[in-house]
Amino acid sequence: MPALLPRLPRAFQLVAMPLPVVPLSLLLGAVTRRMARTHPVMLRRLGAYAGKRFLIDPTDLPFVLLLQPLASQMTAHRRSSPPEHDARIAGPLSAFLAMMHGAEDGDALFFSRDLTVEGDTAALLALRNAIDDAELDLTEEFAALSGPLAAPLRLALARAERATGLALHRIDIGVLG
Amino acid sequence: MMELVCPAGTPAALRAAVDAGAHSVYCGFADETNARNFPGLNFSPDDMAQAVAYAHARGAKVLVAINTFPRAGAEPIWHRALSCAEQSGVDAVILADIGLLAHAAARHPKLRRHLSVQAAAANPDAINLYAEAFGVRRVVLPRVLTVEEISAINREVEVETEVFVFGGLCVMAEGRCSLSSYATGQSPNMNGVCSPAEHVAYSEEGHELAARLGGFTIHRTPKGAPAPYPTLCKGCFTSGPQTGHIFEDPVSLDATRLIPRLAKAGVSALKIEGRQRSRSYVAQVVRAFRAAVEAQAAGDPMPEGALARLTEGQAATTGAYAKRWR
Repeated sequence: MPALLPRLPRAFQLVAMPLPVVPLSLLLGAVTRRMARTHPVMLRRLGAYAGKRFLIDPTDLPFVLLLQPLASQMTAHRRSSPPEHDARIAGPLSAFLAMMHGAEDGDALFFSRDLTVEGDTAALLALRNAIDDAELDLTEEFAALSGPLAAPLRLALARAERATGLALHRIDIGVLG
Repeated sequence: MMELVCPAGTPAALRAAVDAGAHSVYCGFADETNARNFPGLNFSPDDMAQAVAYAHARGAKVLVAINTFPRAGAEPIWHRALSCAEQSGVDAVILADIGLLAHAAARHPKLRRHLSVQAAAANPDAINLYAEAFGVRRVVLPRVLTVEEISAINREVEVETEVFVFGGLCVMAEGRCSLSSYATGQSPNMNGVCSPAEHVAYSEEGHELAARLGGFTIHRTPKGAPAPYPTLCKGCFTSGPQTGHIFEDPVSLDATRLIPRLAKAGVSALKIEGRQRSRSYVAQVVRAFRAAVEAQAAGDPMPEGALARLTEGQAATTGAYAKRWR
C-alpha cells in the first residue's frame, strides 16, 4: 500500500524539463555547503560513509542528483547520463522532501515501495539516519542564502507548500497523528 | 499507569519520543555495546549527557542498552560504556551478559539494572537468579511467551517485567539466535547487528524486488507488494514441496488490544521496538501508545490503531502473546 504522497504538479515537471543543470548544480552546491557548515553532526554520523557517492533520483523530475557529503557537493545531471555512484535511492520528489522534513518515515516509504534503494545499503542507512537527526529545514536553508529576499522567499515557499502538498519545511513533529 | 518505554536511535528521535509522551526512552552508545549498532545511529557520550538533561527536564527517564555480549579480551569497551552511562546520569542500564551484570553490580551498585531481552530469561528460576545474584530490578521478557505464561511468571517473581508491544518482531529466543551469523558472520549478540546493512543488497529484477543477505536471496517480492527486510527468520524458502515463510511472515508486532490483559498479568512496562527508525515513526507510535496506556489506566477501551503502514509487511500480529508458534 503506497503512502498517500502528493504528486508533483505536471506544470512544475514541464517547467523543470528544460532547466539547465549547471546553474541548478551551483544552487544545490551552495545549499549543501551551508548544510555541512551548519549541521556538522551529519558528517560525524556518516563516519566512513561520508566519502561515498549517493545518487538521489527524484523519478518525477528530468534530472538526478549526485550527493558527495565529504566534499560538501551536490550536482544535477540529466537522467539520460547519470554519474557513477555507490548507492542510489529513487522515488517521487515528495517522498524525499517528506522524509527529510520528518513528515514520513524512511523505512515505511521503503516497505510501501514508494522509495527503492540499490547499491551500498549501509551507506544509504547512514545517510538516512544522519539527515533525520539533523532535522533539516529546506525553506530555512534557502532563506539563509537569500539575503534581503529571505522573507518573500519564505512566503512564496509556504504558498507553494499549501498549493502542492509537498513538505517544503521541517514539520513540527508534535502535529503527526 | 503502565510505563511506556520508547526507542531512540538519535538525539532527534529521543526528543520526539519525550515530546510525544514517552515515560522512558531507551538508547545506546555508538559502538558494539548495544544491539542496534547500525550505521549513522546512536549516541556519543556528549549526546547522552544532553539527552538525559532533555528527558529529565520533562519528567522522562533514559535507559541505556548495553546489551551485547563482550568479547573476551575486549571487556574494557563495555566497562567504559557502563561508566559513561552512570556519569551521564541515566536512570538504568539494560544488560544481558552475566559477566557485565556482575561488573555493574560490583562497580556501579547505585546504577539501576534491567535485564535485556537478549538474556532470554523466560522462566521464574532464571529471572529470580538474575534478581538475587545481580540485583536486577526489571526483566524484559522474550517475545516467545503467551499472556498466560507471562502471568504465571509474574506470580513467582518479585522484579518488574517489561514486554514488547509494537514494532519489528524477533521470533527467536533472543540472545541465542545465530541465524544472522550463518549468512554474514555478524549477529546481534556479538556485534549488535542482525542482518547488517553491509551485507544487504536490493535489486529490481524484472517485475520483482530481490532482497539478499550475504549473497543469499531471502525474498523475491512482486511489484506492488510490501517490501520486507531480508532477515532469515522471515525469509521465503523452499522446504520439500512447500515454498513459504518457514519461520514467520514478514509482519510486525502490535499488541495494543492486549494491553488490558498484559496489565492484569502484572506487567509493569510496555516497550516499543524501533531504535533504527526515524523521528517521524517514533513520534507517531509513541503518541498512539501513550493514548492506549492512558485509556487502560482509565478503564476505557483500547483505541483503534492506524500504525500498520509504518510496519514491516504493512501487517501486524499479536505474536506469541495470543498463539503458539507453528
